[in-house]
Amino acid sequence: MKAAVIVSPGSNCDRDVQVALRQSAGSDPIMHWHADADLPDVDLIVVPGGFSYGDYLRAGALAAQSPVIREVVARANKGVPVLGICNGFQILTECGLLPGVLMRNAGLKFICRDVDLRVEAADTVFTSDYVNRQIIRIPVAHNEGNYFADDETLNRLDDENRVAFRYCCPEGEVRAAANPNGAARNIAGILNEGRNVLGMMPHPERLADALLGGTDGRPMFDGLVEALATAA
Amino acid sequence: MNEITPQITPEVVAEHGLTPEEYERVLRIMGREPKMTELGIFSVMWSEHCSYKSSKFWLKKLPTEAPWVICGPGENAGVIDIGDGKACIFKMESHNHPSFIEPYQGAATGVGGILRDVFTMGARPVANMNALRFGAPEHPKTRHLVSGVVAGIGGYGNCMGIPTVGGEVNFDSSYNGNILVNAMTVGIADTDKIFYSAAAGIGNAVVYVGSKTGRDGIHGATMASAEFDDDTEDKRPTVQVGDPFTEKLLLEACLELMATDAIIAIQDMGAAGLTSSSVEMSDKGGVGIEFDLDQVPVREDAMTPYEIMLSESQERMLMVVKPGREDMARAIFEKWELDFAIIGRVTDTNRLVLKSGGEVVCDIPVPPLVAEAPEYERPWVPTPPSPVLAAADALEGIDASPTDALEKLVASPDLCSRRWVWEQYDHMVMADTVCRPGGDAAIVRVHGTDRALAITTDCTPRYCVADPVQGGRQAVAEAWRNLTASGAKPLAITDNMNFGNPERPEIMGQFAGCIEGMTEACLALDFPVVSGNVSLYNETNGTGILPTPAIGGVGLIEDANSEITSTGFAAKGDAIVLIGDTAGHLGRSILLREFSASHSDAGAPPPVDLDAERQNGDFVRDLIVNGRVSACHDISDGGLLVAVAEMALAGAIGAEITLPETDMPDLAWLFSEDQARYLITSSAPDDLLTAAKTAGIPAIVIGMTGGAQLTVGDGNSISLSDLRNAHENWLPDYMAAV
Repeated sequence: MKAAVIVSPGSNCDRDVQVALRQSAGSDPIMHWHADADLPDVDLIVVPGGFSYGDYLRAGALAAQSPVIREVVARANKGVPVLGICNGFQILTECGLLPGVLMRNAGLKFICRDVDLRVEAADTVFTSDYVNRQIIRIPVAHNEGNYFADDETLNRLDDENRVAFRYCCPEGEVRAAANPNGAARNIAGILNEGRNVLGMMPHPERLADALLGGTDGRPMFDGLVEALATAA
Repeated sequence: MNEITPQITPEVVAEHGLTPEEYERVLRIMGREPKMTELGIFSVMWSEHCSYKSSKFWLKKLPTEAPWVICGPGENAGVIDIGDGKACIFKMESHNHPSFIEPYQGAATGVGGILRDVFTMGARPVANMNALRFGAPEHPKTRHLVSGVVAGIGGYGNCMGIPTVGGEVNFDSSYNGNILVNAMTVGIADTDKIFYSAAAGIGNAVVYVGSKTGRDGIHGATMASAEFDDDTEDKRPTVQVGDPFTEKLLLEACLELMATDAIIAIQDMGAAGLTSSSVEMSDKGGVGIEFDLDQVPVREDAMTPYEIMLSESQERMLMVVKPGREDMARAIFEKWELDFAIIGRVTDTNRLVLKSGGEVVCDIPVPPLVAEAPEYERPWVPTPPSPVLAAADALEGIDASPTDALEKLVASPDLCSRRWVWEQYDHMVMADTVCRPGGDAAIVRVHGTDRALAITTDCTPRYCVADPVQGGRQAVAEAWRNLTASGAKPLAITDNMNFGNPERPEIMGQFAGCIEGMTEACLALDFPVVSGNVSLYNETNGTGILPTPAIGGVGLIEDANSEITSTGFAAKGDAIVLIGDTAGHLGRSILLREFSASHSDAGAPPPVDLDAERQNGDFVRDLIVNGRVSACHDISDGGLLVAVAEMALAGAIGAEITLPETDMPDLAWLFSEDQARYLITSSAPDDLLTAAKTAGIPAIVIGMTGGAQLTVGDGNSISLSDLRNAHENWLPDYMAAV
């Protein structure tokens, strides 16, 4: 599997996802600078977390205008898998690959802690190593993770089974008490229509190493490597 | 003060914080009346903040050497060797005065400043810590200050992508008018790629990189060198405004350039901005520097030389670049969309010469500006000793059961969970945080290796005020103990000395006492000081803060996979072993603070026996490194039962504690704050007790882990869930109340 990680000014989880990809794939991803529109042929594009452009204007709004993002959109439309984590999710909504927006957390504070997620769609290239209804523990670290879309969009996401993860209680129940940021319908991650673009607020790359306290994030990278190795 | 005053009157001199005697010295050095820009430069360079004029005499007494120390105090940060060609570079620095005036920006730029101190030496910052002290919870400003400071620290560190992995938060009414915000950064560099600030190479370009210079923060260093009064709020314009995004770019650009061999010297622009950075670079290099101020990138038109030299705009660096490498360096900074300007040259004159509009506006001989900076051995009086409280007297009138007392203590402002604070800090970014906030020490893996750094900050100001010598010892010993309890070999410390007005002999007595105690502890524990910062004049209307020598300690873990232990109970049925002697010393304890009407914050603090510290600590560390304990926690604030409760909550496993047969009152045994003590757990306690006996270490089994409650003696118990609610709820409830 050949992967590219998009590096914007202010990206700060680029190295973390590089390490997670290396661990699962056995080889390094390409670290691709945002200003370079000439994106090599890759099997996977990752838009990592961080504070691209310092979150100025709106989180992700400026990075969405980067030369390389036009190319990312074109590749996504051709079916190349694109994973946006945290600020990457924000960028993917800003550039129109995913519907809705990520608003300021309901508590108006940055929040960094482990959350429980329920896997809602294990039928994608990103989630094939999980099973439906599986409960996984993954950290969040964000100021703007409060997913919002109009009811029509939310209904469509539900009807088309495009919600990949929801915040849940440790036992798996999806309840308001388990929602760290006020996200509509406890949404933590969503897919595009083609199911080849995933945006998620939690950071799977941060719990992919037992020494750091958990490995529930690792199956995402292992699964991508397996799925895309056979594809290529 | 921003206009150029044509004439230098005694009032102008006084406004610049210089005494008449100090101004006489300026005249002697210059051989003429200084120009305004020159006066401004003397003013900031000779401020307490930059010159350490009241503290230097004492700081020289601190031990600064060990075989693993690469660079001690005097550079931007301290450097120690951690093996395998890697160095750890770290420092703690205060941003107290600005944080009180404008908590968000004050705290944020405190973080930004200490980050620059570390990456200017070639290190990638890997962890931030902070030691925060606020006024009494009931003081009307406290909530606002807590909220702003925490948001500011998070706002800067989170955006930079450097994890904030731990620290301290305390409340005491002595900080009502002067909060303390001490920020610490730890970075890692290759030992052969460490950068220093001494300028060299006559004719070489001096390059300015980073943000543009604006009018913010002018005279920040001078503001931080005076007491507060009722007009403190008017000083808001002296507080700088931070831009962590620019600093992130500056970090990446600097590290990219540092990977080449283009840099001769580099220095960040912190307090006193372009002035102190250029003076330091030229003084350390024994050379002169000449600037054309018209080349300095500025944010606003018509900035005067005075303003340009005294601005404390953030996110700026000054470097000397090798000839022929300027274009390559420029390309890197332009890629990161940062300013890059050659603003001057290294000269052989030993003078700082500034030109503006073709005119010389400043021409100061650098060696006397630095070497003849005032240094005072200020009068001091030792702190009168407080009486040692007998346990029975101290406990008079306190009739709480052990678990009732515990429930109140774990919910007290001093001991409650700080989760509300650290969940606002990204403590996991960089994916190397092995132990998150809340334990004895934070543990951060050295990226790409199996080794890890343990990091802690410690100080118990209520001990320091009662007995500065014991308090100074205790601050160092507790940092050493916290590192030890996580399995690390303690290596070195950075200190942040926060005190009141040094012109008062009793304050200087506190300073002298703390230095004496710290020195003793550093020597006894092989734990030298490699960097530090002093913040004086933490007073408002004549009332000073508790003496607060905050200690930031760093230790090394050789193998993070096997040689660390958790704070939380790891298994049911383990024996709980107490290491160290319990004398029942209750003076200055949290128990008395919360429960005693007559002895709250009274008496002598617990004495620190440094030999016992060393022996007990070395014994415990050896057990941990050899995998012989399942959990370990040091005993500090709140005493033994609070430590048990913290272990139970962290591991979600209860415990049964047996009261010993002794004359000591139960509450004294459970809540005294005797030093040099640890709790360890093991499934094979007999082996440990034998080992302890052989080594001459006091060790007794005090109970067993298990169940969902904490039981003390005969059936006095509390459920873990009640304990957890008490512990977790105080701070969020307090912050949510209006």
